[in-house]
Amino acid sequence: MTSVHVTDLVKDYKLRSGLKRTRLRAVDHVSLELVPGRTVALVGESGSGKSTIAKILTRMERPTSGTVDVRLEDGTAVDGAAYRREVQMVFQDPFASLNPFHSIEHHIARPLRIHKRTGTNEETHARVIEMLERVNLSPGEDLAPRRPHELSGGQRQRVAIARALAPGAQVLIADEPVSMLDVSIRLGVLNLLGRLQREDDLAVLYITHDLATARHFSDEIVVLYRGRVVERGPSDAVILDPRHDYTKLLAQAAPDPERPGRLAADAGPVDRDAIDNGRCYDHFAGQWRDAGVPTESKERSA
Amino acid sequence: MTNPKIPDAPPPGTGDESRVSDTRPKSGFRMLLPTMTPWLAVGLILVVGITVFGVLAPFLVGDPDQIRDQGLSGPSAEFPLGTTQTGQDVLAQLAYATRGSLQIGLIVGVLATILSCFFGIYGAYRGRLVDEAFSLLSNVFLVIPGLPLVIVISGFVPRESRGLWTIAVVLAVTGWAASARVLRAQTLSVRNRDYVAASKVSGERPWRVILVEILPNLLPVIASQFVFAVIAAILGEAGLSFIGLGASNSSTLGTMLFYAQNGFALPLGAWWWFVPPGLMIALFGMGLSIVNFSIDEIINPKLKNMRLHRKRARKAAKLERRLAQHRAVPDPEESGR
Repeated sequence: MTSVHVTDLVKDYKLRSGLKRTRLRAVDHVSLELVPGRTVALVGESGSGKSTIAKILTRMERPTSGTVDVRLEDGTAVDGAAYRREVQMVFQDPFASLNPFHSIEHHIARPLRIHKRTGTNEETHARVIEMLERVNLSPGEDLAPRRPHELSGGQRQRVAIARALAPGAQVLIADEPVSMLDVSIRLGVLNLLGRLQREDDLAVLYITHDLATARHFSDEIVVLYRGRVVERGPSDAVILDPRHDYTKLLAQAAPDPERPGRLAADAGPVDRDAIDNGRCYDHFAGQWRDAGVPTESKERSA
Repeated sequence: MTNPKIPDAPPPGTGDESRVSDTRPKSGFRMLLPTMTPWLAVGLILVVGITVFGVLAPFLVGDPDQIRDQGLSGPSAEFPLGTTQTGQDVLAQLAYATRGSLQIGLIVGVLATILSCFFGIYGAYRGRLVDEAFSLLSNVFLVIPGLPLVIVISGFVPRESRGLWTIAVVLAVTGWAASARVLRAQTLSVRNRDYVAASKVSGERPWRVILVEILPNLLPVIASQFVFAVIAAILGEAGLSFIGLGASNSSTLGTMLFYAQNGFALPLGAWWWFVPPGLMIALFGMGLSIVNFSIDEIINPKLKNMRLHRKRARKAAKLERRLAQHRAVPDPEESGR
C-alpha cells in the first residue's frame, strides 16, 4: 500500500529560437495526492502538462522544483530501484509501447526478473502466463510467444497493463490508456483497470482529456489548464457543478445525450486567452484559491 | 470483447505435443530476414560462390609463387587461366588473392561496424554532450578525404611493418564515419519510442536498454552498413595495393592487378592476367550490393510494397494479354456451332 504526495511540482523547459532563450513553464505548482484504492483523474487539453506530470512521476524527467514523495504503508520513503518497482506506467499508444522485436513473454518476464520476483525459467514462464490471464488474455500459453504485431490494440494495451503490474507496482500512472483504442473496447480496458485496482488496492492516476470516462472511472478529478490546476474535487461535483470557465468549456464540449443532435459548444467560439488560469476552485474546501503559487501561500490566502 | 480471438488456437484441453512445440517463443530475428527474390538469389549465389572459392580453392591449386619458364601463356589445359610473365599460375594466384581480399574485407567490415555502432548508437543514446562530441568526431572523419589519408598513412608506415592488420585498421578508421551518422539518426528515432521509455521505467539498466531493446531494431541498418563497409574495404584495399601501398605480407586482388600493371599485361594483350582479378572484384561488389538492396527492403517497407505492386501489375498485364489472345483466336468448336 503505497501513497504518493506531489507538492508544488514545477517543470520548466528551456526553449531556444536563434539567440533568444525563453522558458516554458509546462507545470506550475501542481500538488496531488494518490492514495491506495483511489483513482485521481487528471483532465486537460493537449499541452496542459498532463504528460509532463506523468513523466516526472515515473522519473523520466526531473522536476525543476517541487517534490514527489512516495511512501510505503509503514512510512518508509521509496527511492532508487524500489521506486521503479512501486510506480509504474501504462503508455498511451499500445502500438508504440511494445518492442516489435520481442515476444509478449519478454515484455512481462523482464520486469519480473529485474525486480527479482521470480527465480527459475519455469517459474518466470508460469508467472508470465498468470499475469496474462489476470488481464483477461487467455489462453496465455498461446499469447506469450507471439510478437506485438500479431495482437490487436486492445490486447496490446492489456499486455502493457500486465507489464506495468509485473514488478508488483502499487502506484499506476495511466497516461490516456484508452485514447488510441477503438471505442468498442475502451470500456473493457477501463473495467479491467478498475478490477485490478480493487484487487490490488492500487493508487491510480488516470490521465485523460475525456471528462465522461474520468467521471466513470475516478473518485477525484483535477482539471489542468496551461500547467496550473484550475479546479479539483470529487468527480460528480466537478462534472455536474463546474465552477471554473475552463471546466465549464470542457463539460460543454462533451456531447449531451439529453439533447441529441446539438452540441452545447455550438454556442460560439470561446476566447481561450480570456480564460483565467490564476484561480483554482477547490470543491473539497468549497472556495476559490490562487493557482500557480506555492502551497504555503495558498493556505495563507485561504 | 474481453475474449481475444486467436484463429489457430487449439480447443482447450488438447494439450498435445505439437502444441507445446508451437508455443516456444519465436525469435525476432526471423522477422529481419529479407524475402527471397530472384535478385537476392543472384546476389547470394555470387557472394557465396566467391566466398567458397576464396576459402576452398587455395587448398586445391598449386603454389602461386612458383616460377616456370613458360611465361605469359594463355589459358590451357594445364593452366586454366594462363600464366604470368614469370610463369606463375594465374588461377592459383587468383585463389589466394580472393582469400586475401575477403579476409581484409571481413576484418575492416567488422572493425568499421564496431566503431560506427559505438560512436553512432552510444552517442545518440546518451545525448547531450556525449552526442555532440561523437557527432563532431564523426563529422570530422566524414570530411577527411578517405583515400588520400589512407595513402598518406600507408606511405608513412614502413613497408616491413605494413601488414594486413595495419592496412585493415587504417581502412576501418577512415571508413566508419558515414555509417555512424546513419546509425545515429536511426538511434535518435528509436530511443524516443515508447517501448524504450517503458523499459527504462521498468528499471532496465542502460546497457541492456541499448543492447536488448534498441540494437535489435537497428540490425537491418547495421547489416546494410556492414555490407557497404566490406565493399568499400575491398575496393579501398585494391586501390592501395594497385599503387603499391598495400599490405606487404599478403596477396590480394589489388596486388594481382599491381603486378599485372607492372608486367605490362595490357599492352602485351595478356587479358587472362588482369581480367580475372578485376572481374572478381566487380562481381563480388555487385553481389554484395544486390544483397544490400534486399536488406533495404526491410529498413524501408515502402520499397517492398513498390516491388509487390510492380509484380501484381506485371501479372495483370500478362493475364490481359492472354485474354486478348484468347478472344482474337476464337474457339473452333464455338464458331462451328
